[in-house]
Amino acid sequence: MAKVEQKGTLSKSDLREFFREMLLIRRFEEKVEERFRAGELPGFLHVAIGQEAVAVGVCRALEEGDIIASTHRAHGHTLAKGTTPNELMAELYGKMEGCSHGYGGSMHLYDIERGNMGANAVVGGGLPAITGAALSFKLRGEPRVGVAFFGDGATNIGTFHESLNLAQLWQVPAVFVCENNHWAESTPSWQHMPIEDISQRAVAYGMKAVKVDGQDVEAVYKAARRALEHARGGKGPVFLAVNTFRLVGHYIGDPQVYRSKEELEETRATQDPIEHLRTKLEMSADEVEEIDSEVKEIVEGAVEFAKNGTDPKPEDALKNIYA
Amino acid sequence: MPELSYREAVRDALSRAMRDDEDVFIMGEDIAEMGGSMGVTQGLVDEFGPERVRNTPISEMALAGAAIGAAMQGMRPVAEIMYEDFLTLATEQIVNQAAKHRYMSGGQVTVPVTFRTQGGAGWSPGAQHAQQLESWFVHIPGLKVVFASTPTDVRGLLWSSIYDDNPVVFFEHRTLYGIKEDVPDELEPIPLGQARTHRRGEDVTVIATGRLVHEALAAAKEAEQEGISVEVVDPRTLLPLDEEALISSVKKTNRCVVAHEAVVRGGFGAEVAAVIQYSAFDWLDAPIERVGAKFSPLPFAPVMEEFVVPHAGDVLNAIRRTVGRTDGN
Ligand SMILES: Cc1ncc(C[n+]2csc(CCOP(=O)(O)OP(=O)(O)O)c2C)c(N)n1
Ligand SMILES: [Mg+2]
Repeated sequence: MAKVEQKGTLSKSDLREFFREMLLIRRFEEKVEERFRAGELPGFLHVAIGQEAVAVGVCRALEEGDIIASTHRAHGHTLAKGTTPNELMAELYGKMEGCSHGYGGSMHLYDIERGNMGANAVVGGGLPAITGAALSFKLRGEPRVGVAFFGDGATNIGTFHESLNLAQLWQVPAVFVCENNHWAESTPSWQHMPIEDISQRAVAYGMKAVKVDGQDVEAVYKAARRALEHARGGKGPVFLAVNTFRLVGHYIGDPQVYRSKEELEETRATQDPIEHLRTKLEMSADEVEEIDSEVKEIVEGAVEFAKNGTDPKPEDALKNIYA
Repeated sequence: MPELSYREAVRDALSRAMRDDEDVFIMGEDIAEMGGSMGVTQGLVDEFGPERVRNTPISEMALAGAAIGAAMQGMRPVAEIMYEDFLTLATEQIVNQAAKHRYMSGGQVTVPVTFRTQGGAGWSPGAQHAQQLESWFVHIPGLKVVFASTPTDVRGLLWSSIYDDNPVVFFEHRTLYGIKEDVPDELEPIPLGQARTHRRGEDVTVIATGRLVHEALAAAKEAEQEGISVEVVDPRTLLPLDEEALISSVKKTNRCVVAHEAVVRGGFGAEVAAVIQYSAFDWLDAPIERVGAKFSPLPFAPVMEEFVVPHAGDVLNAIRRTVGRTDGN
């Protein structure tokens, strides 16, 4: 993860790097879909196609030592936080070389060394731990920030409310990144939340809340940068209300019977963050093609690596239960 | 006699109850248009509308508690907890509230609520989506606990749970949704607290629940080839427990294996073993064998998951041990 500039503007080459990383995540997840459908991948899989700018924008804004906690939709966050495509793919294949050594799977991706405290299959499960991690940074006087990713649906569960209250009360250096993709599985946000502006939920706890367009990676980056500075500077936690879109089903194989075809097509046509960035950078077809073939090769390499990985022995299941 | 899958049998009980009785309604996450994460409630919103087939936010504690409150006002709600693992989030309401209102009020109120949930290994979803936690609830006075293993049973038991005046935690096993069986046209309620003998035998009694009922039946067939005659009994209701049926079976066979998918330690089988040893001590010719998951969270990699949870082979080995044969162990 090359560190980009410290303040304000991003250069064109920084943004091209963002583009490359977003495209890598996209191609990685498309490959995951393909391999799942081919019957190679066990478990429950959720891809974040359409939400790549959030993962990349936020993670690029982090400093060395900052940590994240993720959700069931974790591939993008995990790659953006520095886990290699090889290690991630190996995990999805249940191999020892995987980032959770085959114990976790798609919904439980960990990479402690790289500051990933774990993806969580329990909605809202990661927020309290980020609050506590941030507390430890505060107690030890370390200039680090804890970042929790979660969805709109997660703002309806107790841990969300209890964590925001606690984080604000204790003024810990945390950033709460709410990826509002307007769906919780099949439930549209209007059906699970009687308010339109999700950031009001943070305001209710006295927390600084910032709204950002999640399909614009530059905007996400800048907002995250400011939020991190605020938190790191001891001014308290920040809530980032990120407006984004899920361009695919809730899980791989979801027929989306609950979603109108028109809405889906319209959203897919207008809300692709990678397309937005390509247009903004005025990238030629050749340029895109070059990056695309490069990332596709990385993804193919990851599948190769994963397939050649080592299966755990059955009795390895009994390891790692206690320290 | 229509053929119904376990999934359709659950749906049939729910829709008949809602058709018959305005007081019955269902709620849970994604149960309306999507029909629930396992497709159990598919189509119900079309027939009964969104007021009685309520999608809830991701708020397990509140949805469980709201069902309890509606029940205290005389409704008969069925609340779905999408995955058994998320019972952990609703447990305060189920254990401290639902189970105790009647008692704490000195008998003034009833809480006729049903909490349906599903779980089980086999699909490698990892440590937070496949646990079997039924034994936790068997420990709680004031609750009833059901774990059905066949389409006929799941339909008749769910009906009885809905119409029981007590809170019932109703467990379904994910891998059973597809199994099919002919069921009677008329729904026959199955009283809570009544075990079912699936197979008669002379040498060993296997007391099994959930998926392990089917594994036990497969093991019994194998054992028969070896000349061991196995009786398979499913308690179906874990609380209250049909102790009489279990004890009399063991008094006949003199040997007992208890089998469930949940972790052995502190599992429901421990309770059954205690009941049997106390009441059939003089009849037992061998120690009671316990079959269940190894003491581990559920791992992701399929080879490890397979290793952790019990299968027919594990039941067969336990049967062999009770008759003093250790071959194939
Ligand atoms: C406590 C809990 N309840 C239910 C679920 C099942 N579930 C998994 S993802 C999901 C929807 C989450 O919606 P949101 O938080 O908006 O995240 P998104 O899927 O949109 O990324 C649900 C209900 C769960 N994992 N955890
Ligand atoms: Mg969402």
